Amino acid sequence: MRLTRRYPFSASHRLHSPALSDEQNREIFGKCNHPFGHGHDYVLEVSVQGQVDAHGRVAPIEALDRLVNGEIVSRYHQRNLNLDIEELAGVVPTTEVLAAKIRERLAASWPAEFPKLDRIRIFETERNIFEIA
Amino acid sequence: MLLTRKAEFSASHICRQPALSEEQNRELYGMAANPNGHGHNYVVEVTIDGAVDPLTGMVFDLKKLKDILSREVVEPFDHRHLNYEVPPFDRVVPTAENVVMEIWKRLEAPLRDAGARLHNVRLFETPDLYVDYAGRE
Repeated sequence: MRLTRRYPFSASHRLHSPALSDEQNREIFGKCNHPFGHGHDYVLEVSVQGQVDAHGRVAPIEALDRLVNGEIVSRYHQRNLNLDIEELAGVVPTTEVLAAKIRERLAASWPAEFPKLDRIRIFETERNIFEIA
Repeated sequence: MLLTRKAEFSASHICRQPALSEEQNRELYGMAANPNGHGHNYVVEVTIDGAVDPLTGMVFDLKKLKDILSREVVEPFDHRHLNYEVPPFDRVVPTAENVVMEIWKRLEAPLRDAGARLHNVRLFETPDLYVDYAGRE
């Protein structure tokens, strides 16, 4: 069985690569390149896969919440992704990159007794959704 | 092709095991262990899998799916206390995991008899927590 928990956080970002000219940045990233950045109400979905135990549970939800809130939500919420987040320093914080970094960070602190981390999805808006297994 | 129908029911429940101590129940189920129970607006998404009938252009009759879902799940669960009124939750803790497995169990045979193959049941306990069950594990 797969269990999914959703975690909203709000943050700002700007898509701009120092390796490209201003014109190329504008062309590639469009309005996401506007100089002062902009923000989204992101939703992070974390899915775990495992067997239901004798207590009727796949995952210890409160412990999962503590992990995701500690590693991600409390560090990302109401922050600037370009400037405030250590693991995003020097990268263009597209939501593709964000998904990979979040996956990596969660995997690194994933307790052995937790069920398998199946996938994460990030909703940048209701219409732009990124998924990584 | 996959076809999904959504339905809602509102119900109350308590997640606790009488054999465990208060502390153990708190540890396992958190606030959901509060002895007088609490409620949710559950949303269930039932997905069936099948080929499109070349004559009707349909995988399965949506009205039949709705009727089966209403009869087997929504009517018995809606505005009920799961622990006190909906077996087997008088002896099985009504976690989202156990509720989704019970919904699968109630739907599979009636759908099969009607000619539909159940593919997945997704149950939202809240907008921020859902489980997917495909009949295994």
